[in-house]
Amino acid sequence: MPPKLATSTAATTTGTATAQAAPPPYAVKLDHVSKAFGAPGAQQLVLDDIQLQAAPGEFLCLLGASGCGKSTLLNLVAGLDQPTAGTASVPFGRPALMFQDHALFPWLSAGRNVELALRLAGVPRARRRTQARELLDLVRLPDAYGKRVHQLSGGMRQRVALARALAQGSEVLLMDEPFAALDAITRDLLHEELTRVWFERKLTVLFVTHNVREAVRLGQRVVLLSSRPGRVAHEWEVDLPYPRRIEDNGVTTLAREITGHLHQEIVRHARH
Amino acid sequence: MPATDTVPADGGGPPEPPGDASTEMTSGLDALESQPPGRDASRRALAKATPPLLAVAAVLVLWQLAFWLGWSAELPAPGAVAGALGDSLADGTLLPALGQSVLRCLIGFGASAAIGVPLGVLLTRVTVLRTVLGPILSAVQSLPAAALVPVAVIGLGPSEGAVYAVVLLGAVPSIAVGVAAGISQVPPLLLRAGRSMGATGPRGAVHVLLPAALPGLVSALRQGWTFGWRALMTAELITATPLPGIGRMLAEGTAAESMSRVLAAVTLILAVGVLVESALFTPLERRVLHSRGLTGR
Repeated sequence: MPPKLATSTAATTTGTATAQAAPPPYAVKLDHVSKAFGAPGAQQLVLDDIQLQAAPGEFLCLLGASGCGKSTLLNLVAGLDQPTAGTASVPFGRPALMFQDHALFPWLSAGRNVELALRLAGVPRARRRTQARELLDLVRLPDAYGKRVHQLSGGMRQRVALARALAQGSEVLLMDEPFAALDAITRDLLHEELTRVWFERKLTVLFVTHNVREAVRLGQRVVLLSSRPGRVAHEWEVDLPYPRRIEDNGVTTLAREITGHLHQEIVRHARH
Repeated sequence: MPATDTVPADGGGPPEPPGDASTEMTSGLDALESQPPGRDASRRALAKATPPLLAVAAVLVLWQLAFWLGWSAELPAPGAVAGALGDSLADGTLLPALGQSVLRCLIGFGASAAIGVPLGVLLTRVTVLRTVLGPILSAVQSLPAAALVPVAVIGLGPSEGAVYAVVLLGAVPSIAVGVAAGISQVPPLLLRAGRSMGATGPRGAVHVLLPAALPGLVSALRQGWTFGWRALMTAELITATPLPGIGRMLAEGTAAESMSRVLAAVTLILAVGVLVESALFTPLERRVLHSRGLTGR
């Protein structure tokens, strides 16, 4: 755990619903968020004045090279960590989080993993099994209920992890390079699954990746973060119709443009 | 470039539901990438039981050979030892002694687990406790039980209490240290995943931390049992008080200078140790590891 900072200013995370008035126009909002780690005096700024907002139902991809603070940013949104300055607001309740490693509990079957998430989300026992099966059906793993995690392939594990994340009943899904460790064929299929689930469930997705094509293939908007400290460097609307394919011309063209900017960001850090 | 906080409109139409081709691709890939679980329980149980039985047979054969060849004047035949066991069974001393010792070990082990497990959890949670108590527990762990018996006897008097004190001092440190090690080996990612799902505090401990640490917990208890059993035998043997038990049988055999009776007691001590190990802890450990995919087969 990083030590708490003495200089911490207004560091609050709005948890659950605010008022009964009109629903907020955003599902995630980072308002001048900065995050520094380290002892006072020797602090290292990881995120610098991030201003970012995701509309309800939006698929937003965060792109950046190493050291852009992507994971830190997701931790702040997930409420696992507090910003040094600024506020992170998630008005629709605690977001669900998915990792590069599936992080499924190996002592539980696939179905039980999903049921535990349902249980922690307060779903009554009687409804858990049915809901878990429905969620596994949704990620197209109808036969996986009784399977142990180690009996599933990498792609299947990530789908169970997706089902478990959905079981938390959150409208916001945070994904931390969830497909980075998968092979290209599996990843491509999971892109399709995720797009489908996002649309069916009307989720707000914050998807962190360092794969430009992946970002363009999935997101309605791509935000490029600079590195050390992480700042919002650039952003693109991805005006391409779904369903998209990774080899679409539109995806390729935009990915090339974004890659150019990404390279500039990286080159800034080269030693001369 | 500007950091916008404008909310963009829909970045494209809604996705069409994927076609059958992708469904079939998905299920085809799933089939290719998962191995069918193949196992034959009864055959494996037999394969597991054979080597230990062979080992026992080999020891008996060698022993009998050594007796026939007269390698040692003191060595009784396996039959004589069996006879000594039979005698004590017949005169009604064997079963009570066995029962007393096992009961004592169960009580001692239960108490040790009740103290050692929470202590181990506390060691991972409280830094002060870890830095102060950690080295002490490790040090006590390396102490032979025989060194503790006189301390306990003088401190508590030659009583049942002294015997339990020795068992506790043997088992508690080993359980606590093992539990702490098991907990600190839990992958942080699992804890983070649990926290993000709302499993914090006691709920986190029950649903994530303890099940994740279970393999370490079981092996800590197993080691605790072994240490406790050894410590108990030492205590029963050395305490001057006539406490009924296998250790006492050993002491009486020594006093009577009967190698058969001594070896009969040794055999019993060994048998109890091996039996509890192979009937309780080994299957438990295997189950825990197997369910997590941590064993080879």
